[in-house]
Parts: sequence; structure tokens; C-alpha cells
Amino acid sequence: MITLTINGSKISVEEGTTVAAAVICSGETAFRRSVTGEARGPLCGMGICFECRVTIDGEVLKRSCNITAIDGMEVSTDE
Amino acid sequence: MSEIGSEVLVIGGGAAGMSAALPASARAKVTVVDDNPLLGGQIWRAELGKIRSPEAKLLIESLEAGKITVINNAHVFGPDSYGRLLAESPDGTIQLKYEKLVLATGARERFLPFPGWTLPNILGAGGLQAMVKGGLSIENKRVVVAGTGPLLFAVADYLKAKGAIVVCIAEQAPAATIRRFALGLWRYPTKITQGTAMRIRLRDVPYLTNSWITGCIKSSGSSNAITATISRRGKTVSLDCDYVACGFHLVPSTELASVLGCRIEKGVVVVNEYQQTSVANIYCAGEPTGIGGIEASLVEGKIAGLSATGQTDAAREHFAERDKTRRFGKALNSAFALRAELKRLAGPDTIICRCEDVEYGRLTEFPSSREAKLQTRCGMGPCQGRICGAATEFLFGWEPGTVRPPIFPVKMENL
Amino acid sequence: MSFDVAIVGGGLVGAACAASLSERGQKVVVIESTGIASGTTAAGMGHIVVMDDSEAQFALTRYSQMLWDRLSPELPKLAEFENCGTIWVASDDEEMDEVRRKSAFYAERGISCEILDECSLRAAEPNLRQGLAGGLLVEGDSVVYQLFATRFLIEKAKRNGAELIVGKKALEIGANAVTLSDGTRVLCGRVVNAAGAAAAELSPGLNISKRKGHLVITERYPNFARHQLVELGYLKSAHGSATDSVAFNVQPRSTGQVLLGSSRQFGAEDGEIDHEILRRMTARAFDYMPALRDLSVVRVWTGFRPATPDNLPYIGRLPEHDNIFIAAGHEGLGITTSLGTGELIADAMLGCEPAIPIEPYSPARKVAEH
Repeated sequence: MITLTINGSKISVEEGTTVAAAVICSGETAFRRSVTGEARGPLCGMGICFECRVTIDGEVLKRSCNITAIDGMEVSTDE
Repeated sequence: MSEIGSEVLVIGGGAAGMSAALPASARAKVTVVDDNPLLGGQIWRAELGKIRSPEAKLLIESLEAGKITVINNAHVFGPDSYGRLLAESPDGTIQLKYEKLVLATGARERFLPFPGWTLPNILGAGGLQAMVKGGLSIENKRVVVAGTGPLLFAVADYLKAKGAIVVCIAEQAPAATIRRFALGLWRYPTKITQGTAMRIRLRDVPYLTNSWITGCIKSSGSSNAITATISRRGKTVSLDCDYVACGFHLVPSTELASVLGCRIEKGVVVVNEYQQTSVANIYCAGEPTGIGGIEASLVEGKIAGLSATGQTDAAREHFAERDKTRRFGKALNSAFALRAELKRLAGPDTIICRCEDVEYGRLTEFPSSREAKLQTRCGMGPCQGRICGAATEFLFGWEPGTVRPPIFPVKMENL
Repeated sequence: MSFDVAIVGGGLVGAACAASLSERGQKVVVIESTGIASGTTAAGMGHIVVMDDSEAQFALTRYSQMLWDRLSPELPKLAEFENCGTIWVASDDEEMDEVRRKSAFYAERGISCEILDECSLRAAEPNLRQGLAGGLLVEGDSVVYQLFATRFLIEKAKRNGAELIVGKKALEIGANAVTLSDGTRVLCGRVVNAAGAAAAELSPGLNISKRKGHLVITERYPNFARHQLVELGYLKSAHGSATDSVAFNVQPRSTGQVLLGSSRQFGAEDGEIDHEILRRMTARAFDYMPALRDLSVVRVWTGFRPATPDNLPYIGRLPEHDNIFIAAGHEGLGITTSLGTGELIADAMLGCEPAIPIEPYSPARKVAEH
């Protein structure tokens, strides 16, 4: 198992889990706010729709569905 | 910036790309570039970092055993001014030189906008499957699978095996058309075997034909639940669920071919019998030449790999098989053709472009995707029209706009 | 059907002419070959800037900026008009001298500006690198999404009775008619040639050449930059000789996107991206703003500025043609100077006293090659 922080809370997931899956496991469904403020989550699951963008280790706008979670990662979604 | 030179460069490490690389490597220096951490493409997407399909494993092992260079995690974002391709990798930009190029860029789901489709927990059918393969737990979650195409079946089967409660499969195609398609499958015994096994495993899941999703709202009770409405033979049915997995068959990914100047007609890359595109040293195989399924991808890949390395006689030996898979593809695409009612799902307020939040009502006055883009920002966001483009093509008959590099967003320092 | 005025070209300049003329009661038709705002206008940056290259350039940019400010309350939100100001960035002491000169020039002419030292420059724009000498903040400059602004002006003209012909190319401009690609003749009392980079094809004798440029736009990074940022060396590179040049030029869009320019190339005819100049352009930008490296680029495009030998547009009556007027050759300043151009054309056509002298822009002027 690996442990990462999502919106300040620690969560453990199986190795190989994507950041997007880990975010949903943490109970969060809104990954980003759209330009008009709507809550959005993953759609395509393969890195082309850009709906699952989150901040990972301080880097904004990362597509979480095609990034594998690693130990100690800090993830935050749009509030 | 690093440079890699190859005699044959294959873009895409799915079924078609791998299948092209192997026979080509007998004669040439081959490089396969793929944007995922592991080979396998979408159909053989890894589950928690591991490929499960024995067929895929075998292909990957042969590839790795050969003298083929495999570059994972690299996004090809366009050509440069010197006839090379540029790919963004975690270590910066790779300049890819080639003599022959094989495009095996696969496909993506088609999404059609309906009221509520932008809510969280409403994903593509393949989209939800990919999330589950990436570690999302679906156990005891209620899932409505909707849209069209054989992928719905495969996804429902997969999700059920992972413990999901599949509420139903809502297939927009008419029952009679699907029956006709199924009857035609006798020519493709493996498909029948797969199909029958799936049917048995899904025997307790209602397979509703002539049925399509008309809207989704958040359920009033628990916070993440969704109420989906389905139109079924003229009646509306409401279904509560935790996820909606909705995709309307597949769309070829032709951006790279397009930006390289290959002729594209009716959304597919035009190829001759050797899988050669209108640009002499560029070949194309698999879904970009028309949605045809995995068998088509495998055999087209072989032909492309052989042709690109001058093994034309060997390539010819596969023509009959390829033509057969193409017939299957044609039957598939006509069986799951979209019905006109789906053009009326979106209301004036329904968002069409999710990147820029452009609603249906703002788009109806425009004659083309280019004008709509310039005047409303529709398709101007980071997905570069990959999601809304297929929808506006269906809804308004708009041709896709001109593709320009970068075909994928790229870090400025990697341009 | 006959019109008072036919305007050839549906870019921002043509739209501004249409708005000005129709407002003054002229029955106007706009003829656009591909789509409204689809040529140089679509490719541009949307910077509304007062320039000090020459008195004539100052007068036209200043006058136009005033018209933009007057128009801005009417502009829809989608036009993204923002009075963000321009900072002319100085990298060394020599350029600081230029800052002081520029500041004095503006101050004398009533343009509000402020000299920034190294520290206040960094405070104003934290993403600029350390060690820059300073800059000049010109507060009145703005940015606009020129595509919506064009559409807005066209709509405004339409409300005043203007008509639109889109999708037919004007092949020939005659004294009282414009001949279109399908053979139809649009009859009109007068013609305005506002065809931008293509203007010289319709009115031979105009000295307009194409100057190719590249632009890069990113995803949304709100507050990454707050002002339009232009290196002072820009003037040297922008209006230098015929060699290719790049300059640091960053624009914050109200969407949070960062728009990056600029490059200038003569003699490049095709619209393909030139990777060598693109990399020179981004490298130049990284030198000023290293954090740009990590921003994600969604699009790169090129466009052609319609350039004249003396960097001033052609505005006014075509010599020896009583009924033909020119509004073209705005180089990289067409977004700014569009509104002034529209008013000057209307004044010239209707015999009104213009707000600024129109002679410096006369198509009749003979200009020495630089």
C-alpha cells in the first residue's frame, strides 16, 4: 500500500492506483471547478478530456487519471 | 532535448502499433512511442499497473525481447519544421527522426451531451472501466451503463466482475438491428464465443434496446447518488445509481495524421491496401482508418509493419483477413449508428464544450466549428475539441476544424 | 441592391469602419471572404496600447485608445476588455534611460505613467526574474478579446442597417461597384478597402507586405501576469530592418490564460510554425520570465501583419480615385488603431473635421524605404 495526502487527509491505496482513483477513494467527487464554477470529475479516463485536473505536489492542472499515485504525494482539488 | 532516429517509427503501443512493430523489426530499426506508462493501448489497459490479457502479454514480451526501442509516457504533439516528430516525455522533449512512420493512434469514446452530463460520477463507459482499472473501487456501486456499441457489454461485464451492481445497459440501437448484427457474427467465431460468455455472465442485467439516457440529476437523498432518466420505447424511466457509464461508440483519433497532412475523409484516415496514407512514407493502422475492433487493428498493424519495410508479399497474405475484419467493422458501425432522437437531448442550457462551458443554445447560429470557436470559445480549451468536436459533428454536421500543433497541450519549455 | 458604402474586409478595421459609417447614417455592406474576424484580426494579440514611435503613430494610438475607453462600458463581458496597463520592461541601465525618455514623452502629452525601479517592478510582476533594471508602467493601456469586439461592432452596424456578405471574395474594386468571386456586382457609392494583408491585391500601388508572427497561448493560470509586459528592446526588434526578430511580450487574458509573443519575419509566405523562431521567441521569454517554462501551452499559431514601409497605416482616399478609400496596413497595431481608423474614414468620406490630422496616413504619401 502507498499513502498520499488528498486535500489534507491521508489515504492509503494499492500500488498502481491512479491519482484520479485515489481522489475518489478519499470521498471527493469534484476534481476541478469549470470556468463557470461547476464541479467536475473524470470523464474519459484516458487523459484526453482534461476534466480530472488537480494540483499534484504544487503543480497545477495535472491530469490525475493518467498519473500513478506515489508515496507521499500531495494532491489537492479545486475547492 | 534528445533525438532518436528510427527506420520505422510507430506511434501508439496498442494492438495495432505493437502488431506493426514486430514484423517491421525483422527488417528495420523500430521505435514504438506510447503515451501510457505501459504498452497495451486502451483495450489492454493495465490493471493497477499490470497487464492481464495473455494475448497482450505475449505481444509485449515479444516486443521487449526484440530489438525494438519502446518509449513510454511520451506524448507526440506534432511535427517540427525539420520533418521530425516531437514528443513530450517526463525528461523533456524527444525529437523523433524516421524514414517510415506508422500511425496507430487508436480511438476514443464519443460523448453526446444531455442535461446533467457534466455532473461528477457520470463518465464514459470506457472511462469508468479505465478508472476501475486504475484502482477505483466499484464494489456494490450501482451503475447505469448507457450509450451504444459493443463496448457497453464489455464494460458492464468488467464492472460486474469487479462487484458492481449493473442496473441496466441502455442501448440506443433498435433490437432488430442488433439481432441482425448478431446473426452476422457467425463469420467471426471468436466474437460469438466472447459474446455468448458475456451474455451468460450478464444474464441478470437488463439489456434495454431502443433506450437512451435523456438526463441526469443529483438524487435528493445521499450526496453522490444520481437519478438517471432513460427513454425506453416512448416512456421515461427513472433509475437511481452511483455512477453512469455512458459512451456512444468510438471515434478514430486522427489528429496526428491530420497535422501531418494525411488525407482524411468522413473522419477516418484514407489508406490504400498496404495501409499507406496519402503521404507516401506514412502508414496508418487500426481504429484511425475506421472503427473495426481489435482483430482489424492486429491485422492492419501487421500489414502496415510489413509494407513499411518492403515485405509486400508477406503483407498481401493478410489482405483477405483484413478485408474480413473490415466487413465486420462496417457491420458494427452501421448497427450502432446514432439515431436522430439523440440530436435533441441537449437543451439550450446544456453544456457542449466542457472546457469553456459553452451551452448548446449559443452554438446553434453558427455555420461551422471554426466560426463557433472564434465567437464562443467552443473547442478552444485544453482538450482541443476532442470531446465536443465529435458531438458538434453529430449535432450540427460541423466538420472538425483544422488541426494545428501542438495537438496536445505541452509545457512551454518543451515546445 | 445599392449601398452608400461597401467595405471590403470583415476584420476589426472593417468592422470599425462599418460601425462608424452606419452610425452616421450611411447604408453599409461589409464583404468578407472567409469569416468575420478570421484573418489578421483572429491571429492578433488584442493589446490596446499608446505608442511613441512617431508623432503620427502616437496621435492615432492615443485617439483610438480614447475611443476604446469610451466604448468599453458598452462591450459585453465576453469581449474581455481589461484596463490592465502596459509595463515596458527594461533589462539594463541603457534601457532605463529609454524608460525615462519614454516617460517624459508620455508625460508631456498627458499620458499617465510611472517609472518602476527593480523592486517595484518585481512587486508588480512577481514572475519576472530578479535583476531586471525596472520599467515604465503606462496605466491607460488595455487588452481586449478582439474577436468578440469585432462581432460586437458588426452587430452594432447591423442595428444601424448594415448588411453582411460572408463567404464571397471581393475580386475587384471599381469606382461604384465591388465584383465578387461569384460574379455578382455589389453597387455602391463608395468603397473602403479594409482587406488587411490582402489590401494591395485589390488596390495595386499600396506598399503593404506581410510580416509573419507567432503567438502561443497557455491554459488558465489566474494572476500569473497582471499587466501587458513588453520588453523595451521590442522597439528595436519590432521596427528594425528586414531581419527576423523576436521580443518578450506577454499578455494576461481575463480568462487567466497567458498569451505570449512575439516574432517578426519578412518574406515568410506560408503559415506553418517555424520551430527555430518559435524557440528563439520562447527562450527570449524565459529569460525575462522563467516560470513561463512550466506553463502548459494549448495552441500555437501564426499570422501576418500588414506592414507598410513607415509603420503607419493607410487611411484615407486613394489618389486619383474619388470613391475609393483605404483602411489597411495597420501592422501589429490594428487592434488599437481600428476605432480611430473607422472614425477617420467616416470623417474623410463625409467631409467632417477629423479629431486628429489624417494627412500622415494618406495612401498618397511617398515613403522612403527604411
